[in-house]
Formats: sequence, structure tokens, C-alpha cells
Amino acid sequence: MKYLDEYRDSTLAQQLSQRIHKATKHNWTIMEVCGGQTHSILQYGLEDLLPETIELLHGPGCPVCVTPLELIDKAVAIASRQDVIFCSFGDMLRVPGSQNDLLGVKAQGFDVRIVYSPLDCLAIAKNNPDKQVVFFAVGFETTAPANAMSVRQAKTLGLGNFSILTSHVTVPPVITSILQSVDNRVQAFLGPGHVCSVMGWKQYETISNHYKIPIVITGFEPTDLLEGILRCVLQLEAGEYKVENQYARAVEKEGNIAAQSIVEEVFDVSDRMWRGLGSIPKSGYKLSYDYADFDAERIFQLETISAEEPAVCISGQILRGLKKPHECPAFANMCTPETPLGATMVSSEGTCAAYYKYGRIGQTK
Amino acid sequence: MCLAIPGLIESIYVQDNINMAKVNFGGVKRATCLAYVPHAKAGDYVLVHVGFALSVINEQEAQSTLQVLKDIGELDEI
Ligand code: SF4
Repeated sequence: MKYLDEYRDSTLAQQLSQRIHKATKHNWTIMEVCGGQTHSILQYGLEDLLPETIELLHGPGCPVCVTPLELIDKAVAIASRQDVIFCSFGDMLRVPGSQNDLLGVKAQGFDVRIVYSPLDCLAIAKNNPDKQVVFFAVGFETTAPANAMSVRQAKTLGLGNFSILTSHVTVPPVITSILQSVDNRVQAFLGPGHVCSVMGWKQYETISNHYKIPIVITGFEPTDLLEGILRCVLQLEAGEYKVENQYARAVEKEGNIAAQSIVEEVFDVSDRMWRGLGSIPKSGYKLSYDYADFDAERIFQLETISAEEPAVCISGQILRGLKKPHECPAFANMCTPETPLGATMVSSEGTCAAYYKYGRIGQTK
Repeated sequence: MCLAIPGLIESIYVQDNINMAKVNFGGVKRATCLAYVPHAKAGDYVLVHVGFALSVINEQEAQSTLQVLKDIGELDEI
């Protein structure tokens, strides 16, 4: 496919690998923020193309992984009602709550549907006026414009039987929290290309300047990732720090202004809980005052369900780049993609799941 | 989850007052909302995530990224 295949060219990848080898003189640790990037790195075995002295840390950018257990439990509670059609992206269905997952609810005969786009829910709401249609609005800045548009359209169309269960998180606050931790090991970031196609990269300049850290906004294909790594290494070796944009075919400095303005209209910035990481100030969105009628948590009056993560799980440290999956005693025995115990195993983009899938079970790097 | 893939706009139409398009992803066609790329036209490639086009792929930048990569290869051969 155009704009995909050319960036998977193995000759180019080999040449980039050689350039990285030549450029690297010291030990460096680089974190890719986004779960989609983690998945590509493991799928294409990109770590094998890097010198031993470069360590990739896999960051917290998988929204499925970081959705708190408590919200999964709320989703399960809402979906288990006769008067509800519960709609979700497919990858949320297998995420375990404390007792059940959405797939289990569906198996019990409740109406749980996978949608491709949040707009699909509006058609479902129109066609089922006697049901409450609830959408599980999960995601980073990439997905927020789509989810915001579904709410805005519902208001415009006067759809009173549509609401969303919001779990929106944002990237800059979580990478800031990683950089602020005393045991931080990250020396450069591959920035999240698709998040930046919406938000642009101005916020990342602030972070780069403040923490004196290179950030290279990077795409998702093998040569994109290798070029992003090369640009990080060149900055690190030269003692520089700035934001560079490797993904210029899809990302502009200002981002997508039209998308940003609808997100601003529909959502307010709020503190958010992250599975594995805990609460991070101003790290996500909630529905704004004008759109509060579309808030499923309000409509269904769910008393707070608190849930504890299994003590054995070290996903919080994995999400910060402090530990690797093999350091967890549960990895690949008690905890597998079929029986996930924690954040980083629940989605195929999670680090534990990606290590499991691509056979890096004994991997120590 | 933040997967976004490039597709070709085949035709544009209006639904519930928003611009939509039929977008072709290597043969698979999907309805895609164009509200966030108001200048996109048929024949453009757009980056699509959960049924929304987030940006029009910048052909010039796409070429120049590939050129940079190819130049890196040639440098190595010297
Ligand atoms: S293997 Fe499972 S239990 Fe261990 S850190 Fe990963 S998600 Fe948590």
C-alpha cells in the first residue's frame, strides 16, 4: 500500500542500522512513547538491528493498557443492563475487570457491540430509540477528536439516548511524570507520531527545553522508527536536545487546529488515574459542563468501585521504563495474554504482551 | 490503539451536515469523516484513525523522508 510499503523496505532498514552503529559511541536509553511503536519494534525485530549499547524502553502509550480497572468494572456494570447497548473498540472487550470482562458480558447475552468508529454509535442510537447507547470512549489525543465529534453530533442531532464512558489520557503529563521520577532512565524520546498529528509538537518543545532531552516525533513503520532512533543518537552524541519531526508527512508543528478546537469544546482537562501508574495531575479529559448530559457515569450513577491491582504485577515500573517483562515472576506463567494480570499484558500493544507474542520470553535487554 | 493508516479519498459526500468520504485502504473501502481535514479532496491520501481523517499526507514531505533515507544508504557506500 502506498505510504506504507516504502517505509518497510529492508534494504533501507539495513542501511539505517549501519548508520546507527557508526553514530553510536556511548550507552544510551531511548523510550518510544507509543504502544503502536512498541508493537512495530517487536514485530519487526528492530532491537536486533541496534548496537548493544542502545537500550529501548517501552513507554506508557497504550490507552487500552492504562485504562483503570475501576473503569473496566464500570463498563461491565453498564453493559450488564437490559436497557443498554454497549459499544466499544474491539481491543477493550478482553480487558479483564475485577470479576468479568466485556466479552463475558456479551456471552451472557447482553448487547455489547464492537464499533469501527464512534460515529457508528450514533446510527445505533437512532435505530434503537428505546435503548441507552453507551460508548466506551477510550484513547489518547489521537482518538479524542473522533470521540468528541460523536458527542457533539449527538447533541446537534438531539440524540438523548447516547452517552460516553470517558477514559481519555494525554501524553505530555505522563512523560513529564516519568522525567520527574528520581530513578528515571530515559535519555531521549521517540515522540508519538499520531498524537502529534492532532496536537502538533509545541508542548514537546517545552518538555525538551525544560528537561534538556531530545524528542524526535516518529512514525510507526520500521524505517520511520530506525530514523527516529538515529536522530536521537545523533543528538545525544552531540550533546544536543531539541524536538525534531521525523514524521513530517503526517505531522505539522501546529497539529490539526480544527480537531483541537472540537476537543476543547467537548472536553475539559482533568486529573486521571492510569492503570499501573496511579493518578497523574491534569493528564486527561472529562466531558465539559456543556456536554455533561452525555456522561455515562452521571446517567448510571455508578458508585465508585475500587479495585486493587495484583501485588505481583510490576507493570507500573515497566511503563516507566524501569523494568522489563522478564523481571516479573508472573510473566509467561501466571500472566499471559489469555490470563492477563496487569496493564502491560491486557492489549497486544502492551510491552508484556508484545514480548510474549514475539517470543522474547527470556529476553533480558 | 492509536493506529492510523493512509488511504485514498475516492469520493466525498455530506451526511448529517458533516463531510464524509469513501476512502480506499488497499482495496478495503470505509466511510471516513473529513470534518478535521476540510481542504481534503478526491485523490488525496489521508491518515485515518477510527473513521476520522486526521491529516492529509504531505506528498512532498513523504518524498523527502524517503530521499533522506536513500541518501543515508549512498553515504555508506562511499
Ligand atoms: S507479566 Fe503480567 S503481572 Fe507481570 S508485569 Fe507484565 S502485566 Fe504485570
